[in-house]
Amino acid sequence: MVKSVPSSWTKQLIAAGDQVGFMTGFFRNSFRTGFEWNEFLRQSYIIGFKSFSLVGITGFVLGFVLTLQSEPTMKAFGAGSFVPSMVAISVIREVGPVIIALICAGKISSSIGAELGSMKVSEQIDAMEVSGTNPIQYLVVTRILACIIMIPLLTLMADALALVGGFAASNINNKMSATLYFSKAFSALTFADLIPAFIKTIFFGFAVGFVGCYKGYNSDRGTESVGVAANSAVVSASLWIIVLDAIMVQLTSVFAYN
Amino acid sequence: MLDTSTQHIKPPSNSKPAAVVTIRHLKKAFGSKEVLSDINMDLYKGENLVVLGKSGQGKSVTIKCIVGLLSHDSGTLEVFDKDVKGLSEDEWKALRIKVGFLFQSGALYDSMTVEQNLSFPLTRALKLKDKNDIRARVEEVLEGVGLLDAIDKMPSDLSGGMRKRIGLARTLILKPEIMLYDEPTTGLDPITSREISELILEMQKKYQTSSVIITHDMACAKITADRIMVMNDGSFVAEGNYDELENGTDELVRSFFK
Repeated sequence: MVKSVPSSWTKQLIAAGDQVGFMTGFFRNSFRTGFEWNEFLRQSYIIGFKSFSLVGITGFVLGFVLTLQSEPTMKAFGAGSFVPSMVAISVIREVGPVIIALICAGKISSSIGAELGSMKVSEQIDAMEVSGTNPIQYLVVTRILACIIMIPLLTLMADALALVGGFAASNINNKMSATLYFSKAFSALTFADLIPAFIKTIFFGFAVGFVGCYKGYNSDRGTESVGVAANSAVVSASLWIIVLDAIMVQLTSVFAYN
Repeated sequence: MLDTSTQHIKPPSNSKPAAVVTIRHLKKAFGSKEVLSDINMDLYKGENLVVLGKSGQGKSVTIKCIVGLLSHDSGTLEVFDKDVKGLSEDEWKALRIKVGFLFQSGALYDSMTVEQNLSFPLTRALKLKDKNDIRARVEEVLEGVGLLDAIDKMPSDLSGGMRKRIGLARTLILKPEIMLYDEPTTGLDPITSREISELILEMQKKYQTSSVIITHDMACAKITADRIMVMNDGSFVAEGNYDELENGTDELVRSFFK
């Protein structure tokens, strides 16, 4: 009997079904007793504190460059005094969350994918299961929740440093006091800018953690698969972030800015 | 053709000790590939059963079914007279305290020290909290495998033989009644292989375990085996002690002894 080979569409549907199953496992295990606090705190430290410098520098440079690039054009239109407001709105609403999430996809998602992939290949996940530990609860839930909490906090920190970077850039050619700069920046912001942007970063955090865990946990057995898991985690997480951003911007424009 | 006169699988006899693992007509397939076609096996209390077979014949799959890392498709698999099909997660946890599994690579957790690796099953499976008690148990079992000095080392600082010993110590720390060894001497030099084989025998006497040892290493089989079963194409095709099989007439079986 000739067996039919699954088409690429069938494979995509099977993969989507796997991801839904994995997500269900995450939610089911998140609400079970015996939460792994120690592992969660360790992951929060690794994901949050160890990404601090990279995210901080990125945020600062973001504000700095945005100010340098936009200042001449704004001045040409006689709107130089609006640069702090423009930098604040663009960084906090859109550029900050997306750039920081993409940086985190590269750093955190790939690291989780490689770590869990390597644990799968070397049978550490199986060893954990026979040692009486639920690996989804210990490895997956803790990492995804740490991402959900730490990535929004990292983004807030990066946003703040972007404003500092903008202030530094605006003082290269002109003198502007910090009080004036920040009062101009914050005067343009409302809660309708801050809250949707913050909520968006929670979803980005979930995407970074979930994709890294899924790719690593489901990697094939073999050393090559560790690299594949890390690589595909970055690619998929970046794609998730961009698609989620498009959806969130649409929702925000309907509900928050009208 | 197999010689069925001396090497045919013997029916269970009433004079033997009680079976701690009983497998009847076990089948397991991955997709369209049938790995186990008809497995029948008994593991008797206190014996060392060596399973021989070429790579890809289903040896590891069989012991992974015993410990619940894989679920079988049909047939019966009883551990301590309890059918494992349909066991709840809590029942599996309880059973896995009694069934130890030594992975091919040792499967030590890379991010933990040797002490943390060994305390992991104690705090998880046995829910021990007293640090002094945990430390004493870790030291006792490490002394048993001759690696007390390695207590503070990371797995990356250990040689292949040391990793296997620590992996064995981590499994034995729960004092299991059944030990499953997945190719315990693979990748080791002949001297270290012999040391590991002798250690398996020593630990079996000390902890009074019943063991299934999957191996290709005939030196290991000679040292450890009370009984040997030979697997081919997903089922057992011969059984006997080392000398019986070595002097038998079947080509497939004899090929392991050349």
